[in-house]
Amino acid sequence: MLDQTSLDALKDELLAEIAGVADSRGLDDARIAALGKKGRVTQLMKGLGSLSPDERRDAGQRLNAVKEAVSAAIEARKAALDEAELEARLAGETIDVTLPARPFSVGRIHPISQTIEELVAIFGEMGFSVAEGPHIEDDFHNFDALNIPPEHPARQEHDTFFLPPRAEGEAPLVLRTHTSPVQIRTMQQVEPPIRIICPGRTFRADSDATHSPMFHQVEGLVIDKKTHMGHLKGTLIEFCRSFFGIDDLPVRFRPSYFPFTEPSAEVDIGCSREGGTLKIGAGGDWLEILGSGMVHPKVLRNCGIDPEVYQGYAFGMGIERIAMLKYGIPDLRTFFDSDLRWLRHYGFVPLEAPSLVRGL
Amino acid sequence: MKFTLSWLTDHLETDADLATIVEKLSLIGLEVEGVEDPAAKLAPFTVARVISAEQHPNADRLRVCQVETADQGTVQVVCGAPNARSGMIGVFAPSGSWIPGTEMELKPGKIRGAESNGMLVSEHEMGLSDEHSGIIDLSPAEGETAPALGTPLSQLLGLDDPVIEIAITPNRGDCLGVRGVARDLAAAGLGTLKPLEAPKVAGSYDSPLTWQIDAEASGACPYVAGRHFRGLTNGPSPAWMQRRLTAIGLRPISALVDITNYVTFDLGRPLHVFDAAKVSGNPTMRFARRGEQILALDGKTYDLDESMLIIDGGAAPEGIGGVMGGEDSGCTEETTEVFLEVALFDPISVAMTGRKLGLNSDARYRFERKLDPESAVWGVEVASRLIADLCGGEASHAVSAGKRPDPRQDITLRTTRCETLGGLAVEAERQKEILESLGCNVVDTGETLQVTTPTWRPDLEGEACLVEEVLRIVGYDQLPITPLELDTTLPLPALSPRQRRVAAARTALAWRGLEEAVTFSFVSVKQALLFGWSDAQLRLLNPISSELDIMRPSVLPTLVEAAVRNSDRGFPNVGLFEVGPQYGDDTPEGQLLVASGLRSGKSSTRHWATDQRALDAFDAKADALAVLEAAGAPVENLQTTADAAPWYHPGRSGQLRLGPKVLAAFGELHPRVLQAFDLKGPAVAFEIFLERIPEPKRKDGGKAKPALTLSPFQPVERDFAFLVADEVPGEKLLRAAKGADKQLVTGVQIFDVYRGQGVPEGQKSVALAVTLQPTERTLTDEDLEAAAKKIVAAVEKQTGGSLRG
Repeated sequence: MLDQTSLDALKDELLAEIAGVADSRGLDDARIAALGKKGRVTQLMKGLGSLSPDERRDAGQRLNAVKEAVSAAIEARKAALDEAELEARLAGETIDVTLPARPFSVGRIHPISQTIEELVAIFGEMGFSVAEGPHIEDDFHNFDALNIPPEHPARQEHDTFFLPPRAEGEAPLVLRTHTSPVQIRTMQQVEPPIRIICPGRTFRADSDATHSPMFHQVEGLVIDKKTHMGHLKGTLIEFCRSFFGIDDLPVRFRPSYFPFTEPSAEVDIGCSREGGTLKIGAGGDWLEILGSGMVHPKVLRNCGIDPEVYQGYAFGMGIERIAMLKYGIPDLRTFFDSDLRWLRHYGFVPLEAPSLVRGL
Repeated sequence: MKFTLSWLTDHLETDADLATIVEKLSLIGLEVEGVEDPAAKLAPFTVARVISAEQHPNADRLRVCQVETADQGTVQVVCGAPNARSGMIGVFAPSGSWIPGTEMELKPGKIRGAESNGMLVSEHEMGLSDEHSGIIDLSPAEGETAPALGTPLSQLLGLDDPVIEIAITPNRGDCLGVRGVARDLAAAGLGTLKPLEAPKVAGSYDSPLTWQIDAEASGACPYVAGRHFRGLTNGPSPAWMQRRLTAIGLRPISALVDITNYVTFDLGRPLHVFDAAKVSGNPTMRFARRGEQILALDGKTYDLDESMLIIDGGAAPEGIGGVMGGEDSGCTEETTEVFLEVALFDPISVAMTGRKLGLNSDARYRFERKLDPESAVWGVEVASRLIADLCGGEASHAVSAGKRPDPRQDITLRTTRCETLGGLAVEAERQKEILESLGCNVVDTGETLQVTTPTWRPDLEGEACLVEEVLRIVGYDQLPITPLELDTTLPLPALSPRQRRVAAARTALAWRGLEEAVTFSFVSVKQALLFGWSDAQLRLLNPISSELDIMRPSVLPTLVEAAVRNSDRGFPNVGLFEVGPQYGDDTPEGQLLVASGLRSGKSSTRHWATDQRALDAFDAKADALAVLEAAGAPVENLQTTADAAPWYHPGRSGQLRLGPKVLAAFGELHPRVLQAFDLKGPAVAFEIFLERIPEPKRKDGGKAKPALTLSPFQPVERDFAFLVADEVPGEKLLRAAKGADKQLVTGVQIFDVYRGQGVPEGQKSVALAVTLQPTERTLTDEDLEAAAKKIVAAVEKQTGGSLRG
């Protein structure tokens, strides 16, 4: 039984059996049948004891070879079966990866907030800080201090909203018609040099396709001993080009009139209106975008600043207007309608704060 | 302010073309709003001659015409006009031209088989009138010559005069007449100002009427001049005057009326003429009496009061001073004698009267913006000359009353001021020249220019005004472009920590999936009342609508309204926030900046893998906490109290407090609110009062964070369930467990709250997961036992509950 021929036959038989099993249970049966306590190879091993030492060594070696071959075959077969079983299991675990993921959506930042952040980024680089003030104002801060006396035609053009006076005989309070009162409050409180921008809500009693009773303005103010109109030009040209991201944007200064500045200038930027489409840039046409000027000596005096010592400039513009121009938003009134579709379309993903270093 | 190019050249001697003039106007501060060239529209249409007009072979009413044109030679045109005939002179429209009257492009084609390459046009087709019964016939009458072939139609019609419209800023009353515009252009180097020519009309008799000014009215009307005219013929004004008035949008009426309008726009000098036959006594400037009325020239009757200056015609008000004349004493075609009014009115008085009456007029517009007082002198001469020329008759000696004010001012202009204020050095000589060209009297003293302003420029009040005059004429484009230098090498922060927080709140809310809205600061009374408004001081006196008249006491009403609008559009799942103001009173301190938000509809869209959960107060609480954390509030130390404002559901809302300070409120909106707004619930909301969040303070003022100590030993988690009375707040259990051993207990979560079977009535089971973090050694069973005992004891003691067995 332990001769080579018989063992070869046994080995072939066992290997064939192992190769033929269909699953791990069959393999286990085959392993027990061959190598288990009563397995055929084990039985033969037990029989070795009755042989002479020489025979035992020879037969032992041969038998061991068979045992190893069978063990190896079982291992190999086990690996193959495991692999096949894993594959089968994984195949059963297949999901439809084209299905949509669990919903998570990020909201959008309103274009007005985004535009204000951009203004802060640009003017911040030029050394301006942000000042704010109340929306409910008195005559002095909204008009008188700005050299707009009660009968002034400009005061009528402001379409002011009024609130009841604080005491009988006093003038009614107003909703600020511009952000200029913040300039006044700052100049009253802070010693020059002053360099601020004041973004915020403003109100005028006017409502139609191009007017909203509430809108936003930003004003800038620089007061020191040396700032002149050249600086005003330098600042605003830089701002316009930076804000619109057009290096060669033409910028034009035209004389104008505001009660609180002297000299005064309106600022136009280049555009084209070809084919009825407004495009910002060098295009042969002009678009008015902001008002500016050197702070009127009377305004300085009204705030307790000596116009013989200090001077400076101020400017102001509509935030919705520049946002509309930059981002192609056609209708002012839609800014305040809170239409989810509009907010998602024109809003901004809150990924990073606008910054000049990163690009606006 | 509108005028035509030829009108301008009445006053300005210039070679400049239209484009140059238009550009210069804008650059000196007279902003051009539009240039309309009526000739441009009519450019293709020229005079042509009909060589022959034959009957169309296939159509009774059509004729086939051979037309001789200047540009295209002989052209065949099919024409349906009954007056088309051989030899006539008409107006030819070539193929490809745009026909203004029909708003169509003319195309070549075949009409009933006959080729037609253009058109003989009617007045209707040219947009000139409704006349379309025949084509324009320019055939000359006996003895006259026909217009030359190819003459532009616009030229024949006198429509080749471009109309320029400019915006005049409120300080430039002097440019509300063509002459003032011409003066500015001349100063800017675009030609020379022609002298004002109005040869005097000699008076031949004493005026039967004289002016009176009531003593108390002398402030409102300091001066008035006049003159009587008789033997007049008030026919239509001449064609040139009618053309100009029509071009700027005025309707010619009669010579006398047209003269007053013409002088108003030509020289900025409003005039009035009374039909002297209809005035019963000497005209008097006086304040109106309460109850008086006037039928004004616009056909409307106005109620007058004691603040309004009127012209009393002897029996009744015949004019509202500086605003509008009266209908009863107005001129008609039958008028033969008139009394002229050339007055000076106080600008404020005119403005107030006009505003009270809601009455705008070209006269009011000019008086409000201040007139040259001297115009009351030359105005009489100019008007007299025009009346004499256009209406004949004779004039009386002039009369006047009152005293003309002198608005001229003496101003010192430092010759260096253009440079120090404007950034541009201008030669003193050049400064003098500019100011003189604008009408100033200038004396050069070396260091300064002593400037006397002209009577027509009351807006020039100080040195800065003169700097502006010099610079605008030199041109702002000449000013240097100077960078604004920083006082520091790198810019300092533009935002305060408080302002940065606002941006952080905004970003946090967007990341929680809410869309940022910006809504109005005003709401309706009904909405305001639901959100705690009571202060009558916050009600607008002149709202644009009764829906928008209260300064909002909370940001929520406008957000709820927005949610309703979106829902009505078919988008019921709404998540909105706004970082905006609410108004507690009318002081600066009463205005609070609040980050508010609203979620309504479903918590999410329907999704195959997740359940659609109903929104609840904890969604809003999470939003509020996210903002507070983003804004740097110490969220670990916050306490929740169940006492939110009445617009929240009383049992499903709360406030987040830091000590006594309420930092935020959150919860379900009260059903009453939802019902009032007609919003389908549930809806949850939150309000974070950003200004109340304390600024994080560090003792050393630095940015460094405290040192991080990491324990090498593993944390252990132990679960406990307590039976507590129903009304015991969960936060109390959390605090008790945390406080049991502040060293060891590093985290406590509530992972289950259960009522029902196995739990006695009126109680609940609250399960806590407590994290224990040893720092010195691994915890032994005894350590854990001791810690658990402490936790149980602390919770039981503070809540009155018991460990669930």
